[in-house]
Amino acid sequence: MKFFFHVGQYFTLLKKVFGRPEKLRLYVRQLFHEIDTLGVNSVWIVIIISIFIGGIMTIQFAYSMSNPIYPTTLVGLGTRDTLILEFSSTMLALIMAGKIGSNITSEIGTMRVTEQIDSLEIMGVNSASYLILPKIVAVVFIFPFLFIISVFFGLLGGLVTGPIAGVISIPDYIEGIQWLFYPYYITFSLIKSVVFGFLVASVPAYFGYYVKGGSLEVGKASTTAVVNTNILILFFDLILTRLLLT
Amino acid sequence: MIEVKNIYKSFDGANVLKDISNRFEQGKTNLIIGRSGSGKTVLLKSILGLYDIDQGEIWYDDREFVKMHHKERKKLRREIGMVFQGGALFDSLSVEANIRFPLDMFTHQSPVEKKKRVEFCLEHVNIEKSAFKLFPSEISGGMQKRVAIARAIALNPKYLFCDEPNSGLDPETATIIDQLIQHLTREFEMTTIINTHDMNSVIEIGESVLFIAKGEVAWTGSNKEILETRNKKLNDFIFANKLYAQLREEKN
Repeated sequence: MKFFFHVGQYFTLLKKVFGRPEKLRLYVRQLFHEIDTLGVNSVWIVIIISIFIGGIMTIQFAYSMSNPIYPTTLVGLGTRDTLILEFSSTMLALIMAGKIGSNITSEIGTMRVTEQIDSLEIMGVNSASYLILPKIVAVVFIFPFLFIISVFFGLLGGLVTGPIAGVISIPDYIEGIQWLFYPYYITFSLIKSVVFGFLVASVPAYFGYYVKGGSLEVGKASTTAVVNTNILILFFDLILTRLLLT
Repeated sequence: MIEVKNIYKSFDGANVLKDISNRFEQGKTNLIIGRSGSGKTVLLKSILGLYDIDQGEIWYDDREFVKMHHKERKKLRREIGMVFQGGALFDSLSVEANIRFPLDMFTHQSPVEKKKRVEFCLEHVNIEKSAFKLFPSEISGGMQKRVAIARAIALNPKYLFCDEPNSGLDPETATIIDQLIQHLTREFEMTTIINTHDMNSVIEIGESVLFIAKGEVAWTGSNKEILETRNKKLNDFIFANKLYAQLREEKN
């Protein structure tokens, strides 16, 4: 029953979020602020994680394909496809749910418990729309860029780590990452990024907006939000993979 | 003028407000007093529409709030200023930007006009220019309350609500805040409703007082009458503070 209550309340909130903005100019200003806070500030962590994961995957692929039957170019191909199909979209979304999601829940939750949201409502501002809509638009907009950045630096990580670890040469790796490339994989992952971006912004915003109590409850809401967002990301990953890739 | 008629409000079957009726006059500081948990905040939030009441009527002059359409309520809210217990200033905005926020949102004033209005409001609550660029976390509790009052009057409201405006403040600052609210109420002819359990505020600015006990109206009057009353519930509330008991004894 509680599950259906939350689903109903989530969609009621979304209806409020996509209501007509009071003053578009202020929303646009807020949007740029959110792109900077939630998106641009996440670029460094995405680059660092992607470089390491790209490197680790290259070594692991090389290890599991050490049999001379397999061509070494498979290492580059495996790294590339794993990055594009799963890591840079899904895994990155899970990581961002922890970073961006908890940030959104705690920010909105703190505004709720300190009566800042009540204050907006009393002024006649649609608080849900003013606070949540710019975050959703910002994250949905920035996620595909983070995906592209992640793929690029993941491949770069493999290119640097593979030869240093002595598991693959640079020409073999470069040949591998160009081999059997299907552009549709990129389209598929970009679609996933948009869906995951929406979940990463809207689900934590929901948990923050309806938090009751004090700072302790805000902390609990952040944890609940991240856990639920992660489950939903994996659930939608399964559905989208089934719908778009088979 | 704001008038409430026969208001009832319950949460999960527990009656919090029972048959509350009262008239809050324009140009006066109207106080709602009572013990913690007596229903003061629920009454205030019900009048503001933050809680939907179960039964009754709420009148803002000649406009019935409960039956109002969502859009009309939104419009009315622009005539309302609210000072929350904790100030509820926006953490991410400077003092100046906090005051400018309602002006940005609801007016078509030029930047120069907005700047003038912001300065006017902040000067009215005695905030120095050096504090304009500071953030709420960088100013004292008393200053936060004054900034909250300045934000509440930014749109020149007809109705001002204050939820325990001097809680957590030292007696001197609390008196300054009380006097400031009374002064602004008279100057701008607002209908002001203040929620408090501070007896100093009652004596200082309680031109009209509504005493609530267990969700019911237990007494109404003014600060001039309050020390003379024989109402047992009110006496228990007031004279829990020995100072006021002593004051009455001296007077008698």
